[in-house]
Order: sequence, then structure tokens, then C-alpha cells
Amino acid sequence: MKATGQILKNATGWALPAVILLVWEIAARTGLISPNVMAAPSAVAEAFWRLLLSGELIRNIGVSTARALSGFVIGGSIGLAFGLANGLSGLSRNLTDTTLQMVRNIPHLALIPLVILWFGIDEQAKLFLVALGVFFPIYVNTLLGIQSVDPQLVEMGRVYGMSRTTLFFRVILPGALPAIFVGLRYALGIMWLTLIVAETIAASSGLGYMAMQAREFLLIDVVVLSILIYALLGKLADSFARLLERLTLQWHPAFQTA
Amino acid sequence: MSVIALSPKSDAPVKTAKDTAEARALRETTPTQWFPYAAPQARARDPRDTAFSFRDISRKFGDKTVLDNIDLDVPAGQFLAVIGKSGCGKSTLLRLLTGLDKPTTGTLTVNKGENGENRTRIMFQEPRLLPWARIAKNVEVGLTGIAGGEGAREKSLAILREVGLADRAGEWPSVLSGGQRQRVALARALVAHPYILALDEPLGALDALTRIEMQQLLERIWLQQKFTAVLVTHDVAEAVALADRVIVIDRGRIALDLDIPLDRPRRHGSPELARLEGQILDTLFGEKAG
Repeated sequence: MKATGQILKNATGWALPAVILLVWEIAARTGLISPNVMAAPSAVAEAFWRLLLSGELIRNIGVSTARALSGFVIGGSIGLAFGLANGLSGLSRNLTDTTLQMVRNIPHLALIPLVILWFGIDEQAKLFLVALGVFFPIYVNTLLGIQSVDPQLVEMGRVYGMSRTTLFFRVILPGALPAIFVGLRYALGIMWLTLIVAETIAASSGLGYMAMQAREFLLIDVVVLSILIYALLGKLADSFARLLERLTLQWHPAFQTA
Repeated sequence: MSVIALSPKSDAPVKTAKDTAEARALRETTPTQWFPYAAPQARARDPRDTAFSFRDISRKFGDKTVLDNIDLDVPAGQFLAVIGKSGCGKSTLLRLLTGLDKPTTGTLTVNKGENGENRTRIMFQEPRLLPWARIAKNVEVGLTGIAGGEGAREKSLAILREVGLADRAGEWPSVLSGGQRQRVALARALVAHPYILALDEPLGALDALTRIEMQQLLERIWLQQKFTAVLVTHDVAEAVALADRVIVIDRGRIALDLDIPLDRPRRHGSPELARLEGQILDTLFGEKAG
């Protein structure tokens, strides 16, 4: 009973996209939408199959994912480190926070011309941009999370004789975790966005490159396919973050199922 | 009853600022009268006889004097209640006792464990449980630096049984009621068998019925474990119902130091309690006003 209910609930979310696909296909087949403007879903599926068989799709997804993740790991860990340091130490905060807040107000994509001058269109350019984009949401939310840890709990930990390390791992970090996850999910969104832009402007491989190549040859089906794959990868990353959230925040009333 | 009364062979009068009436009464009888079947034994003077003492303690915040030359000796095992209006300095007194704050002048002596470990525990007005730790784990926080692993687990389950929450050990604090959370906080404070338990209005936020239940629980466990209890409260009825001795703090000084020599269990609303309650309220609000 409960299982079927759950399936039904999940299915309702997919009903609207299914209807949209259907209408789209019909409109394309009846000539309502010109093939130069938009490819029919069946044409996109065909393109998917063709590129899958040629290995081009897998290779490009692999390249893009590797870029996204390495940029994310670099930027995310630096952001986490600064967030923790500035949350725990007033000296560190005084020293770096103003600077970081100033840099944060520059849209990181505005640095693309400069980045191309520095790194050319090599891998470093994309890693740099992704890392920079990911850094700030993680940094800001980690800092916020640590600052919003209940001071009464920290006082309790001190009275009960917790050492600084124990206090950090038992009280401060778990208390900051919900905010860190918010930052993580924001960062994942920014990670894909940055990568798409970077790959579209300057790249010789990857999903963005594939889409740009297809545009050159007027392969509208491939362009649409690339966009859909971006959407799927973004959704996948978000689901992964939510899964992590559910596993680590079991105690949180918002994650408890009655 | 206090521990000093049980040291009949110590000739030198025990130096406490104030002997309880009960102690005086006991000292005037011969030891054989209290333990008719057991020969009284000479006992080495236990360093724990005095749980803690404040000597000329003052605490100032800027120009404001919150505590003004407080002198206070509390014998081990006594249940002391501290009463005062808001801002009279009673919470500061507790913060000094638990080491959360340092006195501006004066000396504070607190009995520590054999290895000098901190054996003073505090229970706050709020439960202050870690929301991300299950109930048993929260209780184990009370054993930080004392025990860990399986031993800590067993101890925490034992004390949870004592406060009637053994079956909730595996749950998150968010599913417990306010009274249950405060019981977990009590278990956490008691799990390491503290010498001194400081209670900062721990029942203030509970509803009237849960409050009485908690008072009874507190009294029962205190009678069993015989720690020194320091209860800060603004509920005079609660103070006289639970304490051996009540002190009233007014403008940073001890305005009244009163023994409550009544038998336990005490009945709520008995005339003796009402009389003592009246006496305390008179001190608090000034007889000249009435």
C-alpha cells in the first residue's frame, strides 16, 4: 500500500514532463515547429543513440564531469577551509573576510577574458573558473553555519570538559552541517553553470564543445541533447547532495519521517 | 542531614559558616543514640566535608557590583537553595561555582575528584541536549574525559533507567517532551556521580505538574547519591520543599541564611513550609512595606 503510494507520488512529478514531450513531438511532426528551430524528441533520441554508439557522448560527458568534479573539490575544500577558519578564529576572520567579501561581489564569469589570457583554453582555465565559482557558496554558508551554532550548546560542552577538538567534532561541526549542505547544493548548481559557459566559450572537448560544434553544422538535435544532458547531470548532482543530507541530518526534524 | 554531623570523634569544631539545626541537634546527642547497633568509628577527616566555600568573593562587571563580599561554606551533601529577584547575582554565583566565570576578588575553593578532575556539574534552565546525538549519546556527554565506549554506554543506560527514560535511549531529542528532555539533562549531569550539582532554575520552563514530578525525582536521586546540590530558583515554594538550607541574595549580598529542618518527604502546602516561605518572602520584599 505504502510502496504503491510512494511510486504514485514520484510518478506525479514526471507527468508534466511526459505531457510536454508528447505535445512537442506532435507539434514537430505536424510541422508546427520548424526543424530549423527545434528538433523533435524522437530526433534527439536518435542523436543520443548515434553519439552513444560512436563513443563521442560518453567521452564528452566523462571529460565534462571530470572537470566539474575536480574544480568542485579544489574550490569546495578551499571554501570549507576558509569557512571553518574564519568561523572559529576571530583573527583569521578579521584578516581575510573583508577581502573575500569584496572578491565575492565580482561575477566570476566576468573573469573569463582574463582567465583565457592567463591559462589559454587549457584545462586550468576551466578548473580555475569552476573552483572560483564553487568557493563562495561553500565559504559563506560554512561561516554562517559555524556562527549560528547555538552558543548555549558550546557553553554546555565547555562545562562538561570537552577539549577543543571534541567540541569541534561533537558540537560545532554537526551544528554547522545543515548550512554547509545548503552551500553544497548551491555550489553544485554553480559548478555546472560555470562549466557550461567555460566550455562553450573556449574548449576543445566536453559537452559544451559538443554543443558548439553541433551549432556550427546546424545539428539542432545534438544541441538539444547537450542541453538535456546538462539538466540531467545537474539533477543527478542535486539528488546526490540530498541523499547525503538525509544520511547525515537524520536528527533534524525536517528529515524525520513519522 | 549533613556529613559533618557524622564525624563525632573530630574534636575540633568543624569550621562551617553555618551549622544546620539538624547538625546541632545531632551533635548534642551521643553517637550511640543515632546508631544503636553499630559502634561509632573514628573517621579520618574527609577533605570532602566542605563541598565548596566562597571567601570574600566579589564579582564586578565594570562599575556594577553583582556579588559583594560573599562568604559561604556548604558542607558536602547539603541541599542548598539560592533565592533572589532577577539580577540579584544568583546566576553569577552559580557561574562562579561551575567555573564559567571568575571572581573579581576573593577565593573560591571547590572540592575536586581524586585526580583533580572536575566533579561539578551544572543543569541549565534549558535542556541543552545535542540535537544530533541520540539520547544515550547525550547522556554520555556527562562522562567526557571520565569514561568512554562500552562502559560509558552502560553507565548512561543505568542512569536513564533511574530517571525513567531507559526505553527512549535510542531516540533523537526532538521527539521528546520538554519534561523528558529536562530529565535527560538531569541524567547527563548525574551520570558521572558529581560531588556538586548546580541547578540553574532547571524546572523554570516546565508546566506545574511536570515540575512537581521533577522535584520528586530530583529529591529521590539526591537522597540516593548524596551529592551537594545548589539550586538557584525564584520559586520560594520549590526552595523550601527541596532544600536543607535556603539563602536569599539581595543586591549582591546574602540577606538571609535559613535552615529548613523538616523531615522528608515534605508535603506540599504543609503549615511549616508555608511559615518558612512567608519568612523568606518577607526578606525579599521587606517587612517595612507590609
